[in-house]
Amino acid sequence: MTVLTKDWLRERSELGVSVLLGLVGLVVVVDSVLGSEASTSSDPLGPHAVPLLVGALLVVLAVLLARDVLSGGHGEAEGGEDVDLTVPADKRTVLLLAGVLVATAALIPLLGWPLAGTGLFWGATYALGSRSVPRDPLIAAGVSLVTWIVFDALLGVDLPGGPLMGVFG
Amino acid sequence: MLDSFDSLMGGFSAALTPGNLLFAAIGVLLGTAIGVLPGIGPAMAVALLLPVTYAFDPTGAFILFAGIYFGAMFGGSTTSILLNTPGESASVIAAIEGNPMARQGRGAQALAAAAIGHFIGGIVGAIGIVLLAPLVASVAVDIGAPDYFAIMVLAFVAVTAVLGTSRVRGFAALAIGLTIGLVGLDPISGQPRLTFGVPQLADGIDVIIVAVGLFAVGEALWVAAHLRRKKDEVIPVGRPWLSREDLRHTWKPWLRGPFIGFTFGSIPAGGAEMSTFMSYVTERKLSRRPELFGKGAIEGVAGPEAAASASSAGTLSTMLTLGLPTTAIAAVMLAAFQQFGIQPGPLLFVNEPDLVWTLIASLFIGLVLLLVLNLPLAPVWAKLLQIPRPYLYAGILFFACVGAYAVSGQPVDLIVLLVIGGIGFLMRRYGLPVLPAIIGVILGPDAELQLRRALQIADGDWSTLVSTPLSIIVYAVIAALLLLPAIRRVLASRRTPPAVQEAEQEKEPTDH
Repeated sequence: MTVLTKDWLRERSELGVSVLLGLVGLVVVVDSVLGSEASTSSDPLGPHAVPLLVGALLVVLAVLLARDVLSGGHGEAEGGEDVDLTVPADKRTVLLLAGVLVATAALIPLLGWPLAGTGLFWGATYALGSRSVPRDPLIAAGVSLVTWIVFDALLGVDLPGGPLMGVFG
Repeated sequence: MLDSFDSLMGGFSAALTPGNLLFAAIGVLLGTAIGVLPGIGPAMAVALLLPVTYAFDPTGAFILFAGIYFGAMFGGSTTSILLNTPGESASVIAAIEGNPMARQGRGAQALAAAAIGHFIGGIVGAIGIVLLAPLVASVAVDIGAPDYFAIMVLAFVAVTAVLGTSRVRGFAALAIGLTIGLVGLDPISGQPRLTFGVPQLADGIDVIIVAVGLFAVGEALWVAAHLRRKKDEVIPVGRPWLSREDLRHTWKPWLRGPFIGFTFGSIPAGGAEMSTFMSYVTERKLSRRPELFGKGAIEGVAGPEAAASASSAGTLSTMLTLGLPTTAIAAVMLAAFQQFGIQPGPLLFVNEPDLVWTLIASLFIGLVLLLVLNLPLAPVWAKLLQIPRPYLYAGILFFACVGAYAVSGQPVDLIVLLVIGGIGFLMRRYGLPVLPAIIGVILGPDAELQLRRALQIADGDWSTLVSTPLSIIVYAVIAALLLLPAIRRVLASRRTPPAVQEAEQEKEPTDH
C-alpha cells in the first residue's frame, strides 16, 4: 500500500463507521429474514417486520454516510471540559482501561467486590496517569469498601463480599 | 384548576415528610456537585444512580432524580462561569457572558444572577407543570395507539433532524439505538430477535447497562483518550451577591427567561440548549446596552439561566403527561419509571396521583433548598473543580461497573457494558450524537408495540395510522421537520440575489 492511500484512508477513517453500520444492518436483515413464524391474524405485522425495516435503514444510512464522507463531510468529535482535541488519541490509556474492566469482570467471582473494586479503581487511576503510592491504592480500597458496605448492607443490592469477608464474618 | 391546587397541597404534605425532604436535599446537593464536576452530566448521574434506587420506593427515587436534574443545571453554570469550558451545550451561554464577568472580578455577581435565575426559572416552570400538565394529561387520555405511534415517530425525527449538525449521523445514531432495543425476545410473539442463540441476550440488553455504557463508560473512555494534561485555571470566587444596579438589569431577564425555557423544554428537540440560546438572543435584542454582550453582560447570564431551569420543568411536564422524553435525562428518567413498572403518560395522573403530585411538590421544595444551600456554598463548589482527574474518571468507571453489576449480578454484564461503552466512544469520536441513540433504545420497543397494537385493532389496515386528526397533524409536523432544510434553501435562493446571500452567510457565524 502506498503512503498516499494510507493517508487517504486515515483521513477517511469514518468510512469504518459506515462499514460497521452496513454490517450490523445486514446482520439485522438476515436475522429477521431467517426468523420463523410470520405474521398471524392477531398480529398482522409479526415479530420480524420492524427489525427488517431497522436493518434496511442501517444499510441505507451506511451508504449515505459513505457518500457524505467521500464528498468531504466529517463528523465533529465531541468536546468537553477535560477534553483536549488538539492532542492525538491516547490509545494506550483507553486499552489499559478496557483491560482493567475485563479483569474486574473476571476477578469479581474469585475475589468479591471489595477487592476486585479496589483493583478496578486503582487500575483506572494508574491507566489515567496517577502514580501516587500509597495514596492511590488507599483511596481505591476506601471507595470500594464503603461502596460495598453501602450497597450490600444499607441498600440491599447484592454484591458478593468474596473470601476476604469471611474474616469479618 | 381547583382540583390541581388540592392535589398539589396533598403532594406538599407527602413531600414534607422527613424522608422525602432528605431525598430532595440529597438530590439537589448531589446534583449540584455532579453539575460542577467536569465530565459528569445529569443524564449520566441519573443513569449511575438507577441501581441505587432499587432500594427506594418510586416516590423517593423520583424526588431524588428531580433534585439532581435541577441541581445539575445550576452546577453546570458554575463550572462555565469559573472555568470557561462548558461541558454541556446547555451551559455554553453561561460561559459566553459569565466567564468574562468572572475574569473582571464579578464572578460572585455572575453566580448570584445564575442562582437566582435558576430559582425563578424553576419555580415558574413548576407552576407551569401544575397548571398545564393535568390539562394535557386529560386531553391525552383519549389518544389511542395510532396517535402514540405518531408522537413517538415525531420524537425520533425531532431529536434527530433538528439537533446536531449532520442529519445522516443523527439518524445513524437513532438506528443504532433502535437496533440495541430490538435485542431479546419479542414481547408479543416470544420470538427471539438478534439473540444469536445466546441465553443471556433473551431478556434483551438492560436499559440501565445501555445508559450507563453510553453515558458513563463512553464518556470516561473518550476523555481518557484526550485528557487535558494542562491544569485549567479556576477563578477564585467569594460569596455571591448582587448590587442594586445589577438587580435593575437582571429582574426582567429573570422573568422572561422561564417562559422561553418552559416552551422550548416541553417540545421534542427543544431542551435546555435551544432554550438558553433563544433567551440569550432575546435579551441581546431587548438590551439597551447590547455592546456589552460577549464581554460580560449580566443580562446574558440571568435570562438564559432562568430559561435553563424552566426548560427542565417543561421537559418533566412532557415526560409525565405524554411519556415522551425530549432530552437525554428525561429518557433515562423514563427508563427509571419503567424499572418501577410505572408507565408515564396521560394515565399516570389517574393511576399514580400521589406519586405525581408529591414529585411536583418536591420540585418547589428542592428549588428552595437549592437557593438556600447554594448561595452560601458557592466557594465550596468551586473547590470541586480541583479534584485530580484520574480519581474523577476512575470513580465514574467504578460506579458504572457497580451499577451494571447490580442489575443482575452477572460479571458478563461488565463485558456488555464495555462493548456499549466502546460504541459510545466511537460515537463521540465520529460525531454521532448520543441522544437519538438513547431515545431509540428506550422508545423503540414502545413504538413498535404501539404500531403492532394499532394494526391488531384495525385488522392489518394500514390506514388506521392516519385515522385520527392528531396523528395527521403529527405526521404533517414530521414532514415539515424533514423538509425544512430543503424549503429554506429554495426560499433563500428565490428571495435574495446570490451576492446578498453570500454576504448573509458570512455574517451568520457572529450570530451564534
